[in-house]
Amino acid sequence: MSNPSPPQDPREERLAEIRREAEREGTVKQRGVRPAGAPFPIASAETGYYGIPLLKEPAWTWEIPLYFFVGGAAGAAAVMGAIANATGADRRLVRDARFIAAAGAVLSPALLIADLGRPERFLAMMRVFKPRSPMSMGVWTLLGFSGAASATAFAAFLRGRYGPSLPLRVLENAGEAASLAFGLPFSNYAGVLIGATAIPVWNENAGNLPMHFAASGVGSAVGLLELAGHQKNRALQAIGLGAAIFECWEGYRIESRQLPKLDPLKHGPSGQLVRAGGVLSGPVPLLLRLISGFGKGPRSQNLRRIAGLSAIVGSIITRYAWVQAGHASARDWREPLGNNDKTDG
Amino acid sequence: MRVTAFLTDSTLCIGCKACEVACKEWNEVPDDGFDWSGFSYDNTGSVGHSTWRHVKFVEQAPEAGLGGNDPDLASWTFSSDVCKHCENAGCLEACPTGAIVRTEFGGVFLQSDICNGCGYCVVACPFGVVEKRPGDGRAFKCTFCYDRQKVGLTPACAKACPTESIQFGEIESLRLKAKERVQELHARGMEDATLYDAADSSVGGTHAMFVVRGDPRAYNLPPNPECPTVYLKKAWTSSAVAAALLVGGSLIAFLADRKRPSR
Repeated sequence: MSNPSPPQDPREERLAEIRREAEREGTVKQRGVRPAGAPFPIASAETGYYGIPLLKEPAWTWEIPLYFFVGGAAGAAAVMGAIANATGADRRLVRDARFIAAAGAVLSPALLIADLGRPERFLAMMRVFKPRSPMSMGVWTLLGFSGAASATAFAAFLRGRYGPSLPLRVLENAGEAASLAFGLPFSNYAGVLIGATAIPVWNENAGNLPMHFAASGVGSAVGLLELAGHQKNRALQAIGLGAAIFECWEGYRIESRQLPKLDPLKHGPSGQLVRAGGVLSGPVPLLLRLISGFGKGPRSQNLRRIAGLSAIVGSIITRYAWVQAGHASARDWREPLGNNDKTDG
Repeated sequence: MRVTAFLTDSTLCIGCKACEVACKEWNEVPDDGFDWSGFSYDNTGSVGHSTWRHVKFVEQAPEAGLGGNDPDLASWTFSSDVCKHCENAGCLEACPTGAIVRTEFGGVFLQSDICNGCGYCVVACPFGVVEKRPGDGRAFKCTFCYDRQKVGLTPACAKACPTESIQFGEIESLRLKAKERVQELHARGMEDATLYDAADSSVGGTHAMFVVRGDPRAYNLPPNPECPTVYLKKAWTSSAVAAALLVGGSLIAFLADRKRPSR
């Protein structure tokens, strides 16, 4: 048993506090003097099973939303690089886009493997090819993309070093074509991945998340290229504008739809994250890009760099925000019981 | 092989938790914490990585005839929850490693030696059953005592149940039994008895059926569970549209830029 507390003990202070309240109010209303949880909870159709959430929260570590960002940016960069190459844009842009894709190709599996805890567990992913599992499709897309993007960058590197040769050209072109093919789903499949789940706020947006994530990835790929020194490229400016406009529309869509299951996107910490990510991905780069269009000097180029940086940060926040919204949604016991429409909402 | 099922009859459950103990002992499931929840005698809350059978203690507003007749006391019913072993199982469809399989008995079995802990089944389960075990990193859930069924034994929980609240058997005969039981309860004046088996949802029925009294929502049984594969078409369509927009947009942007005089 513990000895009586010394006078400065917080519990002594608490007793004094209760006494003061009793003197002042004539009764003690504070929570501490009632049994925890009183009045005792009731399980019912309206209150569910004591409000214990039915669904389990996502079990992903911080690596996964970051992987969504890296994958989105790398996939989009690969696609833009391939198209830039095909249309004969300048070589530096093609090279840098390929570099971003290759960097993502290395970083993505590392993040995914880190989330699994033990590296050899990743091998189990390669046991099956399962079209009905977005996770399986995503892993195969990742493997294809990683191989293709790194092969392209490697071939280009060798060509630069030892001069052109036929095998290198074949490898480079095949790698680029494969990067394009795999990069397209890779840039947006994370939206399918979380859309086709039992988490209400995610599956409610299943038809929109892939487009939203694609726009986010494109915006950050453009931003990365602009920061890499392509802040004067007009095609990138146009693509960045398109992504920013889409993100503005997405933000409007999120804010304007009134559905209780969408609350995690608007309220609470996850709602603030969604809003922050949305503002940085949509309106901010849109305005900066529009303003930069009026000038040509270093100031307008700086504006574009800032726009790009804003889109990158916005994209990272957006991925974290959606995962956090999934957590909040899983914690809401009302939603799977269909109780949101009947109660407050 | 015969297709098997559980029929958990809440009107017979006495809340002894023998099923929980039997399950833990037979399957060597770790403890799930020793915290007081304050929710009746249920200190576990829900099925999870280390709780494969879970007895719910459903305290409801006093109502004569529902778990006691004293108007001053809460009505009290119990129900032993378990993995539903869905006909269209979200976890099985989502698993990227093939660790989750359908057994010859119709149950959904998670092979722990193959599971790699990706956690996708956790968000794919409409009943919140599968869960990742912290420290281990893999997901765990009820095995439907596949090892026992393999050698013709009844699952541990059903065997330990002292009131036959948990019944185990061939699925069609159990369905019939369940219907008869509900009719019998109705005839005895328990008009609120219902069968919960999610047969009318995209889950397509479950291998764990429940007879409960009153609204299944009080038992945390969702009225409209959805197997997440129903969202696949919408999501992949959106993915394809996004891909088309990206290719089209980039093509137009780079082609238009080429035509204009270089900076």
